[in-house]
Amino acid sequence: MSAPLLELENLRVSFPTAHGRVEVVKGISFTLGRERLGIVGESGSGKSMTGRSILKLIRSPGKVTADRMTFDGVDLLGQSERQMRAIRGARISMVMQDPKFSLNPVMTVGDQIAEALRFHARLSKGERKARVLSMLEAVRIDDPERVSRLYPHEVSGGMGQRIMIAMMLIPEPDLLIADEPTSALDVSVQSQVLDIIDDLIRTKGMGLIFISHDLNLVSRYCDRILVMNSGRVVEECAASELADASHPYTRGLLAAMPRLDETREELPVLDRASWGGT
Amino acid sequence: MSAIRLENLDISYGETRITHGISLDIAEGESFALVGESGSGKSTVLRAIAGLAPEWTGRIELLGRPRGHGIDKAKVRDCQMVFQDPYGSIHPRKTIDATLSEPLAIHGFGNRDERVEEMLKAVGLDRRFRFRFPHQLSGGQRQRVAIARALMLEPRILLLDEPTSALDVSVQAEILNLLKRLRREQNLTFLLVTHNLPVVSFLCERLAVMRQGRIVEVANVDQLKKGAFAEPYSRELFTASGGV
Amino acid sequence: MASARNWLLADSPSSRLQANLGRTYRISAALLRNPLTVIGAIIILVLVVTALFAPWIAPYSATGQNLSNRLLPPGAEHWMGTDELGRDIFSRVIYGSQITLTIVLLVAVIAAPLGLLIGAVSGYFGGWVDRLLMGVTDIFLSLPKLILALAFVAALGPGINNAIIAIAITTWPAYARIARAETLTFRNSEFISALQLQGASAARVIVRHILPLCTSSMIIRVTLDMAGIILTAAGLGFLGLGAQPPLPEWGAMISRGRAFILDQWWVATMPGIAIIVVSLGFCFLGDGLRDVLDPKQGDKY
Repeated sequence: MSAPLLELENLRVSFPTAHGRVEVVKGISFTLGRERLGIVGESGSGKSMTGRSILKLIRSPGKVTADRMTFDGVDLLGQSERQMRAIRGARISMVMQDPKFSLNPVMTVGDQIAEALRFHARLSKGERKARVLSMLEAVRIDDPERVSRLYPHEVSGGMGQRIMIAMMLIPEPDLLIADEPTSALDVSVQSQVLDIIDDLIRTKGMGLIFISHDLNLVSRYCDRILVMNSGRVVEECAASELADASHPYTRGLLAAMPRLDETREELPVLDRASWGGT
Repeated sequence: MSAIRLENLDISYGETRITHGISLDIAEGESFALVGESGSGKSTVLRAIAGLAPEWTGRIELLGRPRGHGIDKAKVRDCQMVFQDPYGSIHPRKTIDATLSEPLAIHGFGNRDERVEEMLKAVGLDRRFRFRFPHQLSGGQRQRVAIARALMLEPRILLLDEPTSALDVSVQAEILNLLKRLRREQNLTFLLVTHNLPVVSFLCERLAVMRQGRIVEVANVDQLKKGAFAEPYSRELFTASGGV
Repeated sequence: MASARNWLLADSPSSRLQANLGRTYRISAALLRNPLTVIGAIIILVLVVTALFAPWIAPYSATGQNLSNRLLPPGAEHWMGTDELGRDIFSRVIYGSQITLTIVLLVAVIAAPLGLLIGAVSGYFGGWVDRLLMGVTDIFLSLPKLILALAFVAALGPGINNAIIAIAITTWPAYARIARAETLTFRNSEFISALQLQGASAARVIVRHILPLCTSSMIIRVTLDMAGIILTAAGLGFLGLGAQPPLPEWGAMISRGRAFILDQWWVATMPGIAIIVVSLGFCFLGDGLRDVLDPKQGDKY
């Protein structure tokens, strides 16, 4: 593998509460090359906070500290807010859960995607339009001309999410952070959207951080998996070896999921005391 | 006797027709699932049975007796519903005790204290939760409260609208186990609406696949386990859920 | 002390009473963290105490005239001076607090519940009920408050009671609007559906479940409006349509003092200061309440 794209060492995120500062991410470290990394965990595990802190999207009074947080040789911690804006979108993009809240309701889809391009590249109007249309085609939208003139409320959830992906990928970033990109979508659309992401990541040689609560989904679309629980990484393994996971939490999660060919009378419940989790 | 019988049910919201000619027969004590993607009309069928979607034509029978279009006080004791969102389905400013006592008060039941305590125990909530407010509870605990509330009137039919889709996997397992146990203990009839086929496989005996307001196929759970569906659309759903 | 606090903040209260007291305690504790709110609360408290104990606090009678002491400036004998009939202004301001408090309380008791109920019914039922009730509300809202109050007082005759009725009639529409907007936000929520499914009647859903959810924003709004109500009452008094002489109503006192404003400034200024202080008190308290009770801040309490 070439030099790592992203290096995190001892990342901590904390928020003040009535009972003092509480850490939601408690010192996690990992390096990422141009590969697909999955971060799995339940709600409150700190997985989303990890993703957001890479882009420095944690708002005050939340606090991010790390011994080291570099992206392609750039120290992210030392970047000013203005420098970060140049990195966000252009070099690191983020796709979030619900397209409804991420798209501007009073701007056409085409204009919004073009907007993402405007900040990061100098192109003529015609070139921009061509790029937008080819990007929409890349996310498998059949009639890009027509769709680019639609407003967000006129498109379905699955299409909205594909438009979001188009918007995030058009500046050709080096790293895509996808935070539960498909949990608002139907299962059949889910795999379509993930296939598209997967395809684009592979052909463009980008890095991917796929954050999700769904172990199966992550193991299908990633090379490597981090399992998080209450702010810590409890297990790190290759996606193909998930079934042989050793940590009781991971094993518990795997067992708690009902299967399509379910024969168990009762689902095993996590014994949270067994590894000192919450 | 059938617990729920639907005959040629067409449900509308205003001008829009949501379902087309739904006919189903669910036996008493059975656990039946309606599966499909968003917009298939599965939740609307549930709401019509409950009485929350009053614009329909056709026939709905509960325990052998036809139901009217609105909600009536006698029917609600036969048939209750558990909603999807444990955060939106519980009154935010009332204690758990008040939420669970309310159905008893409406129907003039006696010894409410005992019934509430008993029900908390049945759904696996410690007594100390009784006087808490919903914001002091986790999602899974709230969903237990919602199930307890639905069972306060001792209904024989329980309508479940995606009861675990807002929960974490480990919590989902607890709630599914709870539902299965309650059904066994109280001989309940379940009608479950979900998009999650593995949940159906765990909790149900038969299922109907819905698409665009119509029933595509009715199958039993063995067919689901093997992926042996007759219709291509059902097989599509099966593969999308990770089946091979 | 510490054990009482622990009992109030218990994570698992063992009775209804404890749960509700605990919530009240948490809200009060949050209120007390904001100094402006505390100032507001103290002002209102002083107003209430003054009104209750006016006969014991006031050094002179509010209406007793003493023409030999006309228009004395503030001094040791008369802290706020005397007016054109030789009445002690300090005593009149003290007694005036009774009138102000009465107006404020009665308006709150009449207008807020009325507006709350109309708004909640309108929002819950929707359809033609909503159109009818909101039509009436809009008619009242479209008329300027003071002018409408003037018209009512003109029709009913001047006097403190009629002023209260007139002010109440002009304030409820705003409350109805708020209550309706708030009801709309949760009328389709699942906990209301669940109640309907339990067989709860519309009256029960509205009174026992929707109204309690609207009350916190209503309390905030009423508190913030109090300043306006006091000013309207004073305005009516100033125009001679509110409290009638010799009642020591603050607005009427300013009106009388207008004649001497250049030479005997204290006659109009002292009741003016009282109006400002009390209005400010209600504003501070209202702001603090909003910070703590506003549903948009999340259901922390």
